[in-house]
Amino acid sequence: MSPGATEVSRSVFDLHMTIFWICVVIGVVVFGVMFWSMLIHRRASGQQPAHFHESTTVEILWTIVPLVILVVMAIPATKTLIDIYDTSESELDIQITGYQWKWHYKYLGQDVEFFSNLATPSAQIHNKTAKDEHYLLEVDQPLVIPVGTKVRFLVTAADVIHSWWVPALAVKKDAIPGFVNESWTRIDTPGIYRGQCTELCGKDHGFMPVVVEVKSKEDFSKWLAERKQAALAEKELTSKVWTLDELVARGEKAYQTNCASCHQPTGEGLPPMFPPLKGSKIATGPAAGHIGIVVNGKAGTAMAAFGKQLSEVDIAAIITYERNAWGNKVGDMVTPKDIVAFKKAQE
Amino acid sequence: MSAVIDHGHTDHAHGPAKGLMRWVLTTNHKDIGTMYLWFSFAMFLLGGSMAMVIRAELFQPGLQIVQPEFFNQMTTMHGLIMVFGAVMPAFVGLANWMIPLMIGAPDMALPRMNNFSFWLLPAAFGMLVSTLFSEGGGPNFGWTFYAPLSTTYAPESVTFFIFAVHLMGISSIMGAINVVATILNLRAPGMTLMKMPLFVWTWLITAFLLIAVMPVLAGCVTMMLMDIHFGTSFFSAAGGGDPVLFQHVFWFFGHPEVYIMILPAFGAVSSIIPAFARKPLFGYTSMVYATASIAFLSFIVWAHHMFTVGIPLTGELFFMYATMLIAVPTGVKVFNWVSTMWQGSMTFEAPMLFAVAFVILFTIGGFSGLMLAIAPADFQYHDTYFVVAHFHYVLVPGAIFGIFASAYYWLPKWTGHMYDETLAKLHFWMSFIGMNLAFFPMHFVGLAGMPRRIPDYNLQFADFNMVSSVGAFTFGATQFLFLFIVIKCIRGGKPAPAKPWDGAEGLEWTVPSPAPYHTFSTPPDVK
Repeated sequence: MSPGATEVSRSVFDLHMTIFWICVVIGVVVFGVMFWSMLIHRRASGQQPAHFHESTTVEILWTIVPLVILVVMAIPATKTLIDIYDTSESELDIQITGYQWKWHYKYLGQDVEFFSNLATPSAQIHNKTAKDEHYLLEVDQPLVIPVGTKVRFLVTAADVIHSWWVPALAVKKDAIPGFVNESWTRIDTPGIYRGQCTELCGKDHGFMPVVVEVKSKEDFSKWLAERKQAALAEKELTSKVWTLDELVARGEKAYQTNCASCHQPTGEGLPPMFPPLKGSKIATGPAAGHIGIVVNGKAGTAMAAFGKQLSEVDIAAIITYERNAWGNKVGDMVTPKDIVAFKKAQE
Repeated sequence: MSAVIDHGHTDHAHGPAKGLMRWVLTTNHKDIGTMYLWFSFAMFLLGGSMAMVIRAELFQPGLQIVQPEFFNQMTTMHGLIMVFGAVMPAFVGLANWMIPLMIGAPDMALPRMNNFSFWLLPAAFGMLVSTLFSEGGGPNFGWTFYAPLSTTYAPESVTFFIFAVHLMGISSIMGAINVVATILNLRAPGMTLMKMPLFVWTWLITAFLLIAVMPVLAGCVTMMLMDIHFGTSFFSAAGGGDPVLFQHVFWFFGHPEVYIMILPAFGAVSSIIPAFARKPLFGYTSMVYATASIAFLSFIVWAHHMFTVGIPLTGELFFMYATMLIAVPTGVKVFNWVSTMWQGSMTFEAPMLFAVAFVILFTIGGFSGLMLAIAPADFQYHDTYFVVAHFHYVLVPGAIFGIFASAYYWLPKWTGHMYDETLAKLHFWMSFIGMNLAFFPMHFVGLAGMPRRIPDYNLQFADFNMVSSVGAFTFGATQFLFLFIVIKCIRGGKPAPAKPWDGAEGLEWTVPSPAPYHTFSTPPDVK
């Protein structure tokens, strides 16, 4: 364990080292007595057994002494815990939502939100290319926060339980569907801090890392402004006139990020949990049914409602791609406007 | 009983029936104990082979041998089989064999129920293991099966899993009722409660724990069943339920469960250490009270498994303090064992080796347990390999070494032959080295930040994982040596006297070796 990058993580580290050394000392004493006894009090060295079998004084003593040690350990632990639970007076609030198998970050009141997906190429995972230093700990878009600022995290989940952990911040909070947990951090030094999901959340539990990039306050404001700009540009794409090729190209990328872990890059899925899309009735049938399942998901299965997760452009692109890939030859095109219209009709 | 003998069917009481039906229909505590022990060893090998698959995949970073879906099924089944199939039935087997012999009873109090509680197990595990071959695969949500991963997002085989857990629960509850009824009603005259061997005491307390918590587990899986098939929303927030409720219910069962798996080992070791130190157990009374305190505390600490789910500060503090308290009675036990050894006249045959390793390594597991109890530190340890190291240290050299120690200690009584001491010592050292090599490095990777239940990991964890895998393979392979030693001992060897260990105490050593099919038909006199 390392001392980490925050005041809280340092006091957790100190606690850890304190308990560790207390355990070492107790261990040395107890095992010391034991090994001494094992060396000396053996029949082979002609030892005659003693006959004592109780001593009230000693027994009371070794009940009281550990109790005192425990109290000594509990005091700093309680202080640290109270500190960790004080989420008041935050300067920036970020909502973290766990999805199978990615994180979603939303800067509350800032109109900025995005998904953070594993960026390690699958060729590295399947041992086809050399693994780099941050193997499995690299994402496409890290969570960006300013240095020296009290940031409050509101942690929740959309499907199963996940857990958001960054060791250097000593923040680990379960992301539970239907509940919002609070946590906070204030990081002293800019840098990149890495962690992982720590609650078993299905097959790709090991493939949803957390990356936090800490920027200086000025850089953070600049970054935030850029993101807002980008979000506006993204919205304009909805009204753009798309060609089939453009949509398929964009769709292939978005499919790899959002759909391929279940339905596989080949579209063959992992039946019966994750059905194939190649030649499937939905992906080759009427567009409305296809749009419906992508936008609304399918209750009682792992298929999420992507209508709330992805932009209209990406949904349209993915659907178009799915209808025209792996030998699916519907040849039609679903545009972002179709998605908007579909959502409107639902309301 | 006497009515049967009075009718003059003199050959009725002599020996076991011939052939397969002896085992199917038996109501004899020794036969049933034997079947429990063999069953548990078979499950130990099966669960162990799954651990080998896990360690083989984790031998190197990257995905080599299995895909993540199957990896999750392996971790889940490994946990379920080891907990419910290997450790618990092994202790029930020891209880069946030894409790009547230790308290001077002719058999268990409820022999027919005894037969039924055993035969439920092969049915339950047959069904559970068969799900691995079903479409969609077996349970893949971890042995703790947190909802909603185990309900809405589960493979279809989850229904079979629920049924299997129900059967195991029924079997355990019946076994526990039998133990309680036997101990409270069938003790020989003069065998007062405070004269009982500690193994009997710890089992009595364990049986009460089982009766208290197995119904809670049954309730938990029943709520899952309702959520999956009957439209309820106990564990789904979308329908007004609560996924955290699942964890509260599960761990209200789960924490006493971990003591169910260790208390009988405490008892066995408390017989074995005095026997080989040739000195009475130090602090018998405090041992009994410590066991009872641990059992009581086990009911009020469950949420320490849930420090990160967002329970309020006061709840967090309560569960932290209560958990730390467990260190006190556990410490008392360790100090008592060490004092028993102190100034004894010790020899180190296989049972003693396993018992001493038990005390040392279980204490190491206790230390990491104390560290995990500290809530703020737990935020860093929770769901990492540090936890995996912790519970394997209390379960492998705890429960399993306790079982090996018991097996070697009582094998002469069961078979009438001495086991091969040289091979048994080899078994001990290989297990000891393999086990430490497998689990000690897990502390380091956990503290360095490796989460548990992942099939692939960053390169920084690679070296320690490779060491762990080598240790695990060593430990796994060594267990075939144990099988060989036991078979060799059954088939022959130096005849064992009634009391093969000169320092051993207890009624079980007053009957011949091997123990006759029927013992203590007339109760012995206990002074």
